[in-house]
Amino acid sequence: MDRRKFLLGSSSTVAAGLLLPRLSVAGAAAGGLPAGTIASSALDTLPGKRPLIRRTFRPPNFETPVELFDEAFTPNDAFYVRWHGGVPELALADWRLRVAGPAAQKPREYTHAELLRRFKRHEVAAVNQCSGNRRGLFAPHVPGVQWGYGAMGNAVWGGVRLKDVLEDAGLAPGALEVVANGADAPMLTGPDFVKSLPMWKALDPDTLLAFEMNGAPLSTWNGFPARIVAPGWTATYWIKAVVDLTVTDQPFDGFWMKTAYRVPKGMFGASGFESQDTEQNSPITSIKVNTLIVGPAPGATLAAGRHAEVMGIAWDGGSGIRRVEVSLDGGASWREAKLGRELGRYSWRQWRSDFKPKAAGTVTVLARAVARDGATQTEALVHNPAGYHHNVVQRADYHVA
Amino acid sequence: MSRNVRLPVVLALLAAGPAVLADESSVRLAQGEGVEQVQAACAICHSLDYIVMNSPFQDRAAWEKTVTKMVKVMGAPITAEDTAQIVGYLDRHYGKGAPPAP
Repeated sequence: MDRRKFLLGSSSTVAAGLLLPRLSVAGAAAGGLPAGTIASSALDTLPGKRPLIRRTFRPPNFETPVELFDEAFTPNDAFYVRWHGGVPELALADWRLRVAGPAAQKPREYTHAELLRRFKRHEVAAVNQCSGNRRGLFAPHVPGVQWGYGAMGNAVWGGVRLKDVLEDAGLAPGALEVVANGADAPMLTGPDFVKSLPMWKALDPDTLLAFEMNGAPLSTWNGFPARIVAPGWTATYWIKAVVDLTVTDQPFDGFWMKTAYRVPKGMFGASGFESQDTEQNSPITSIKVNTLIVGPAPGATLAAGRHAEVMGIAWDGGSGIRRVEVSLDGGASWREAKLGRELGRYSWRQWRSDFKPKAAGTVTVLARAVARDGATQTEALVHNPAGYHHNVVQRADYHVA
Repeated sequence: MSRNVRLPVVLALLAAGPAVLADESSVRLAQGEGVEQVQAACAICHSLDYIVMNSPFQDRAAWEKTVTKMVKVMGAPITAEDTAQIVGYLDRHYGKGAPPAP
C-alpha cells in the first residue's frame, strides 16, 4: 500500500477545462441525456489526455466525444477514462504481479521484466466498451454514470497471454475462476473493485495481460502498467493496474460480481459464465452488436441535391460484423453500407454510405449492424435496472438545405 | 445540436468559472436545508457532480435507495438523522420534477 500514490481528480491532476466549441460537449447525438447530466458535463483535460467529456471529477469518468471515433483505432490520448475509486499511480520498478490461489499449484510473483522475458508477446485489436455505455440514453433513466455514446474505444492491445501466465502457475484440475484485482483501493470500507473470469475466458488465446495500447505503454488513466484485456466482453472485466490474480475453485462472491454488473436472467441470452449465474440474474458479459454514426454529426446541414456520405463504426462481442444497413425512409427499406477493412473480429469495423438528399427539409438516417452470428440491434430499448446493453438502432436527423 | 441542448451546456460552462481553474470545487449544488450535510458526507468519496448528473429523474424512494447503498455497502459514515436530511434535500432539489439543475 505504501508504494502507491493515488491520483484523485482534483485541481492538481485536472489541468485545465479547455473549452473547444468545435467539439460538442453533450453531443447532438446525446440528446436523450438527463438535464442534470448536460448541465454538469463539460469538456475537460486530464493530464496526458486531450479534452474529453467530463461526466464526473472524482472518481474520474470522462468519455470520448463521438467526433473522435473517426479513426480505425482510438488515439490513446482520446481514450475514455472510467474508475470506481482512487487512481493508482504505480512505479514500474516496484510493480509485481502475484499469481496464487487455491487452484494454483505453483504460486508466482513476477516483475514486469520477468513477464516479458518469460512469455511470448501477443497482440489483439479489440473494442473496450464500458458496460454502461449509453446508460444516459435510457428511458426511463436509471441511476449511475450517465454515459452518452463515448464510454468506449478501439485499440491494439499488446502484452502476454493470460493463459501462459496462469499455466505457469500450475492450474489445478478444479480451477473454476480467475479473480483479478487492481491496485485501486475502495473508498472507506466499501468493496474493493475485483472481478473474476471463468476459466475458459481466462484461457482464451486472445485474453491478455496487456502492457500497451496502440504501441505505447498504458497510461495511468487506462491502467498502467498492466491490465486485463478480455476481448468481446465489457470493460468491467478489463481490470486496470492489475497486481493480483487468484485462481479459485469456488465462484468469487465479491460485491462487484455477485451484486453489481448484473442483468436479469435470460434477458440478453446465456452469459457464458455459469458459475456466476443465479436463478434471478447473470453477470453482464459479451458486448451486443452495435453501430454508431460518427459523421456528419447528427443535426448537421447537408446540401440538397449534392452527394453526402455518412460514416460510422460497427462492432460486436467477437463474431465479427457481417453487414451494416442504412435506411433513409424510417426503416421501410435498407441498403448495405460499404464496410472498411476487417481489423480483427474484436475490433470495430468502419463503414460508409453515400446518398443524395433530394429536397430541403429533414432527412433521418437509420443505421443497424448485423453480426456474423446473425444477431442484430433492437428497435426498442431492452430496459434493465442497471442500464446495460443499449444497442437500439440509432436515428440521426440532418437538415437539408 | 438542437438549441434546447446547447443552452444548458453553455450555461454550465459559464458557471464553471475560469477554464484553467476547473476542478471539482466548481460543482455548485442548489442552496437549501440539508446542503451542508450533503457536502460533508457525499464528498468524502466522490465529487458532487454525481448528484447533478443523476437528476432530475429519481423520486424520493430512488434517492433513499442510493443513500442507503452508500451507507450500507460503501461504508459512508452518515448518521440516521443526517441520512433523512440528505434524502430530503436530494428529493427537493434533484428529485423527479425538481427545478432545473443550477
